[in-house]
Amino acid sequence: MTRRLLWTVPPVAVLTLLFLYPLALVLQQSVQPDTGGTSLQPYADVFASEAFRHALWTTVWLALASTVGCLVLGFALALVIAFVPFPGAKAVARFIDVYLSFPSFLITLALLFIYGTTGIIGSFQFLTTPWGVLLAEITYFTPFVVRPLLAAFSQLDTAQLEAASSLGARPWRVVRRVILPEALPALAAGGSLVLVLCLNEFGIVLFTGAKGVTTLPMLVYSKAILESDYPGACVVAVVNVLISVGLYGLYRVVSRRAGA
Amino acid sequence: MLVHSRGAKWAVWAVFLVLFLPVFALPLLVVLGASFATNWSSALPSGFTTGHYDAATRGEALQALTTSLLTAAAASLLALAAGTWAALAAAGLKRRYRRVLDALFVLPVAVPSVVVGLAILVAFSKPPFLLNGTREIVILAHTVLVTAFAHQSVSAALARLDPAYEQAAASLGARPGYVLWRVRLPLLLPSLTAAAGLCLALSMGELSATMMLYPPDWTPLPVLIYAATDRGALFTGSALAVVLMAATLLALFAVSRIRTRASYR
Repeated sequence: MTRRLLWTVPPVAVLTLLFLYPLALVLQQSVQPDTGGTSLQPYADVFASEAFRHALWTTVWLALASTVGCLVLGFALALVIAFVPFPGAKAVARFIDVYLSFPSFLITLALLFIYGTTGIIGSFQFLTTPWGVLLAEITYFTPFVVRPLLAAFSQLDTAQLEAASSLGARPWRVVRRVILPEALPALAAGGSLVLVLCLNEFGIVLFTGAKGVTTLPMLVYSKAILESDYPGACVVAVVNVLISVGLYGLYRVVSRRAGA
Repeated sequence: MLVHSRGAKWAVWAVFLVLFLPVFALPLLVVLGASFATNWSSALPSGFTTGHYDAATRGEALQALTTSLLTAAAASLLALAAGTWAALAAAGLKRRYRRVLDALFVLPVAVPSVVVGLAILVAFSKPPFLLNGTREIVILAHTVLVTAFAHQSVSAALARLDPAYEQAAASLGARPGYVLWRVRLPLLLPSLTAAAGLCLALSMGELSATMMLYPPDWTPLPVLIYAATDRGALFTGSALAVVLMAATLLALFAVSRIRTRASYR
């Protein structure tokens, strides 16, 4: 057993050097203000600032709203692909896989053409509001819900659906009473993954160039790179990590329960 | 299956198209269309040109593309090595230790990439490790971000691996190293290449951590796309984005070729 444990040392050492040690330094720097010494002053300063509270609230409600949007849209799309198949449904499923390999900021770039200042729809300032970010996040993250749902639907015995509808259940009732209970684990797992990814999303927000929409990752970036306020950036980073890692732990528990 | 009457089927498909097209197909088509246009003020782009591509495939842009490809290749190889090693080492452990190791290696997924960038910037800007402003710092950051994905897919594949093969090899007298090299790794090759593809794609499109720490002489393509759109050159940015997508797809295709040749063996 000890020899087997020894084999884990090299990868763990690499991870510690490249990831855990840097994170520990962020934590350390967050309690060391520029004036020297160790104090919780950076936390007090950041928590007192209007910008931080605003960013925290924006991040949380944007992530929650995006997740709900992705779940609703993803469930509807997966339902059609799996149970009302049309010629080309397989190709659509493949397309969704490819979609996942593209970076998120492409969506915002496209939305800039559609709704931006020289846009197709017109030059109303939709993108610089949180609603533009919400639309982009729902667009980008929905495939993360569709994929586990399609995997779950492919395991579903279609005889159950046939039995339900031959007993007179209408499609809506079949969806609600047969399909939805089967899909719940996949929905929970996909939804919590999307929630974490939305909390951490940076590219989409950066590309909108919206001054009014600041999320926590954006605040970390602007404090560190634009203002060179490293203690402040580290405080925001610690808060962001705590929220995300807590939620991700929840996601792991849920997806393990679901057996996914 | 779910909807039986023909009319209802068509209605469902129509709703699907209305949801699917604007949400998924339109963004890609818009970027593609814009990359060939000089202006876009009505419903369709106008002023057909390939000029943006001329600019997007030479000089600074070409350098950014090679930077992205090199960074992605280096980070994917490192991540694959570390992730596979960790997954293999974890597979031999007791359940309790294995869960700790797994949790440790998926942690980078949960931590925001911006924070990973900040952490690496803070840690490697001071002695004993001075890497600030080098290309290695970008590669290291990408490695940290993608290792979790490599580890996850390899350990999922390990769990599905039939232990009969390695047991048979071992019972015939093969040493553990030989079993690993000739039995387990070849069986894992398809999932290793799949993991490599995932790592490549993620690293090619990585923007958040890169924005925190890229040096001026090592600018990956996503940063250049941001710089272009930030100064208002949206059409140039679109051409660059199409180049990025095409390069990502080509790299994925090349990696998937390895898989098919391996599975014939």
